[in-house]
Amino acid sequence: MLNIIRYTFYDLLRSRWSIFYMLFFMLTSTALLFLSNDLSSAIISLMNILLILAPLVGTIFGVIFYYNSSDFTELLLAHPLKRSTIFLGQLYGLCISLSLSLVLGLGIPFLFYGLLYSDAIFDFLILLVDGVVLTFIFVGLAYIIALKNDNKVKGFGYALLMWLIFAILYDGMLLVIMMQFQDYPLDTFSLVSTVLNPIDLSRILILLKLDISALLGYTGALYQKFFGTVVGISISFTLLAIWSLLPSGLVLRIATSKDF
Amino acid sequence: MIEFKNIKKKFGQLEVLKGIDFEVPQGKVTAVLGPNGSGKTTLIKSLLGMVFPDSGSIHLDNYRLNGKAEYRNNIGYLPQIARFPENLTARELLKMVSSVRASNNNAGELIERFKLDEYLDKKLQHLSGGTRQKINIVMALMFDADYLILDEPTTGLDPIALRILKQLIAEQKEAGKTILVTSHILNFVEEVADEVVFLLEGHIHYQGSIEKLTSTTNTEGLESAIARLMEDQHA
Amino acid sequence: MTIFITSLCVQAQITVCTTCTISSIQQGIDLATAYDTVFVEEGVYFEYNIAIGKPLTILGENGAIIDGQKQGTILKVQTTNATISGLTLRHVGLSHTEEYAAVHVSNTKHFTLNRLTVEDAFFGFLIEGSSKGRITNNKLSGESEMEFYSGNGIHAWKSKELVITENEIRNLRDGIYLEFVDNSEVVNNLSENNIRYGLHFMFSNNNAYSNNTFTKNGAGVAVMFSKFIEMKDNHFLNNWGTASFGLLLKEIYDAEITGNTFDENTVAIAVEGSSRITYQHNKLSANGWGVKMSGGCYSNKFLSNAFSNNSFDVSFNSRLNDNEFTGNYWSTYSGYDLNKDGIGDVPHRPVKLFSYVVNKTPESIVLLRSFFVDLINFTENVAPVFTPVDLIDNSPLMRVPS
Repeated sequence: MLNIIRYTFYDLLRSRWSIFYMLFFMLTSTALLFLSNDLSSAIISLMNILLILAPLVGTIFGVIFYYNSSDFTELLLAHPLKRSTIFLGQLYGLCISLSLSLVLGLGIPFLFYGLLYSDAIFDFLILLVDGVVLTFIFVGLAYIIALKNDNKVKGFGYALLMWLIFAILYDGMLLVIMMQFQDYPLDTFSLVSTVLNPIDLSRILILLKLDISALLGYTGALYQKFFGTVVGISISFTLLAIWSLLPSGLVLRIATSKDF
Repeated sequence: MIEFKNIKKKFGQLEVLKGIDFEVPQGKVTAVLGPNGSGKTTLIKSLLGMVFPDSGSIHLDNYRLNGKAEYRNNIGYLPQIARFPENLTARELLKMVSSVRASNNNAGELIERFKLDEYLDKKLQHLSGGTRQKINIVMALMFDADYLILDEPTTGLDPIALRILKQLIAEQKEAGKTILVTSHILNFVEEVADEVVFLLEGHIHYQGSIEKLTSTTNTEGLESAIARLMEDQHA
Repeated sequence: MTIFITSLCVQAQITVCTTCTISSIQQGIDLATAYDTVFVEEGVYFEYNIAIGKPLTILGENGAIIDGQKQGTILKVQTTNATISGLTLRHVGLSHTEEYAAVHVSNTKHFTLNRLTVEDAFFGFLIEGSSKGRITNNKLSGESEMEFYSGNGIHAWKSKELVITENEIRNLRDGIYLEFVDNSEVVNNLSENNIRYGLHFMFSNNNAYSNNTFTKNGAGVAVMFSKFIEMKDNHFLNNWGTASFGLLLKEIYDAEITGNTFDENTVAIAVEGSSRITYQHNKLSANGWGVKMSGGCYSNKFLSNAFSNNSFDVSFNSRLNDNEFTGNYWSTYSGYDLNKDGIGDVPHRPVKLFSYVVNKTPESIVLLRSFFVDLINFTENVAPVFTPVDLIDNSPLMRVPS
C-alpha cells in the first residue's frame, strides 16, 4: 500500500492545485497575522476559515480525484493488488498531500511570526490537528459518495450537499430545535448532537481552549462535567479518532464489493 | 486455458451477460468481437476480477477465481483507455507498476522497440495519445505473463507502432502465451487472431476459427461474415 | 534625662516566652501598662480569647504562634491604639452561631494589624464599628470548601477610614468583605481561591481599591448598593464557573473603573442596574463575556477600553440603550482605516445576535463560533432587529490603546 500512497502523493505534490491550496493558506494566515494584533485573534479567525474550507476542499478534491483517476484505478485493478491496497493507498495519498499543503500553508507564516515563543502554540496545534482530521474525514466521505455514484455530476452534487449539511445546515437545524424546545432539558441532546458532527466536534476542541470561560458559564451539570474536566477533551478526541477511521472503513467495504 | 462457465451478470435491470460458456484455447490468439453493449468489456472485466459475476465461474488453468488478487500475476492487461496520473513521469509510472509485481520484467527491451527513451522523463500529461498507448503496451507485456488481455490495442498507434505491435503479438504467441483480444479493426483481427468469439446481447453467437466463420456464413472476409451474423440475428 | 525616663516609662517591654515566668500572652498583657510592648518569643502558645484592653503593641518574634485550639476568637482588641504584629495565629474556632476570628477588633480607633499570618481561619480579622485602622502585610488562609461553613478573610462592618494593603488572602469565603464601610482604601492585595468573592462591598460609599489581584475566586469583586467607588489598575483573572465573574456591579452609581485588566473570566464585568459609571482604559481579554449588562443601566460610558478575543464582547438584554461606547478597541472589528488615523472608518456593533440566543437558550453555547452562528450574527449586524440600533462604537480603534 505504501507504494500506492507514495506515487499518489508524488503525483499530487506536483499538481498545481495542491500548491494553490498551500499558497491560499499561506496568504490567508499571513494576512490575518498582519491584520490582527496577536496570534490568538489570528487563530480564531483562521478557525472559522479552516472549519469550512478544509472539509470543502477535502470534499471537492476527493470527488475530483476519484473520478479523474478512475481509469488508472482500473489499470491497477488488473494487477495483482488487493482492492484495499489500491483504494486506501489512493485515499491516504490524497489525504496526506492535502494535509501537507494545509500544515505548511498555515505553519510557515505562523513560525515566522514567532509561534514557538508564544503560549498560543497549543491552540495552533489543535487547529492543525483539526484541519488534518477534517481533511481525512471529508476526503473519505467524498470517496464514498463517488464510489456510490458513477455519474460524475450526481456524485459531485451529492458531495457538495454533504458538505453543506455538515458545515452549515446541521448547526442551523440544531439551533432551531434548541430554540423551539428551550423549555425542555436540552443538555444531553445538544451535547450529543454536537459531537456527532465532525466539524462541530473539531470546533469544540478549539473552544475548549479558547472559550472555556464562556462554556463554563452555563449551569447544566452535564456541561460542567464535559467542559470543566478532562471528560470533554477525552471524549472529543476519541470520537474524532473514530470519525477519522469511519469513512475509510466504509470506503473499504464499498470498494471490495463494487463492479468497475 | 481460460474457461468461462455459465457467466451471468446484471447491472440493475440490464442483463449484460446471459450465460456465457466458452473456453479460450491455450497458446492461441482469440478475438472477442461484438457491437457496443454486447458484453465484451464486462466479460473481460470478470476475468480480471473487476466485475463480480452474479453466477457462474471462471477458471484459469484449473484455478477458480475467488476474489483473491494473486492470480493476476499471470495476466498482462492492456486497458482500452490509456490514462495515467498526470503529474508522474513515464519512468515513475513504469517503476510503480513494476514494483507491484514480484516477477522480473523486460520493460527496457520494449521501450527500445517503441523508441520511448526520450519520453520517459516527461510528465504523462504532456505525452500524446499514441505515445501513451505505447507505454500502455509496454506495461501490459513487460511481465512476461502467461495470459495477455488486449483491449483495443491499436487505439492511437501510428503504422510503425502498429507493425511492432503485430510482431509482438506474434512473438508472444510463439512463446506459448494465450492471448485474448478485442478490437473494432476487423482487418487487424483477421491478421492476428486464430479464433473468434462473437458476442451479441449477452450471448455467444459464434466461436471458432475465422475460416470456419467465413465458410459457414458463405462470405468473404471477416467483416462481411460479422455483418451477416448480425443481419441473421435481427432477421 | 527627662526625655530618657519618659521614653523608658512609655516604651517598657515585657517579654513572653514558653519557658519564662511570663509564659502566656494574656499574662503579659495583664502585666503591661498602656503603650508598652509585649514581645512574644518563638514558641507555640495555646490560648484564645486574649483580650487587649489597653493601648499596647504586641510584637511576635519569628516563629511565635498562637494556637486557638479551635476554641474561639484568638485576640480581641477592645482599645484604641493597639498594634499587633509578627504573630502567627492558627486554629480559630469554628461555629455556626458565633463569628470567631483570629483578631476581633471592635468599637475602637487607630489600630494596626501588621505582618500577621493567619492559618486555618474561620474569620480572619473581624472589624466592627472601628475607624482609622491599618491592615497591612498579612497572610490569611482558610480551608474553606463550602460557603455556609466558612468566614471571610478581612471582614469590616460599620467602619471607616481603613487602609488595607499588601495582604494575601486565600481559601476563605470572601477575601475582603466591607459592609457599611466608608472612605477606605484597598491597595496591592492578592485575593485568590476564595469560595465567594475576592473583595465584596455592600452599602459602602466613597471607597477606592487599586492594584489588587483577584484570581480564581468564585467571583472576583462584587460591589453592591454602593456609591462613589474608584476601581483602578486591578487584575481580575481566571474567575471561572457558572455565575462567575471578574467584577459584579449591582445598584452602583457614580463609579470610576479605570485601567483594570480582566483575563479569562466567565464574565469579566457583570452589571445590574448601575448608572453613571465611567469605564476607561480597561483591558478585557479572553473572557466568556466582556461586559454583560442587565436591568436598567443608564448613562454609562465606555471609553478607550480594549476588548480582545472574548467569546462575547458586550451582551445587553434590552433593545433600549442609553450608554456610550466611544473609541474602544474591538478585536472582532472588521472595518478598515483608509485615512490612517488609527480610527476605523466604519462604526462597530459590539452586541452580537447570538448573545441573545444564548441568553434565552443557554445550551446553544455549544454552537459558539460555528459558521451558521457567524452567518446570523452577520445578518443581524447588517440589519439590526434584536440588538439595540444605537449601541454602536462610532470610532473603534484599529490597535489596542497603549
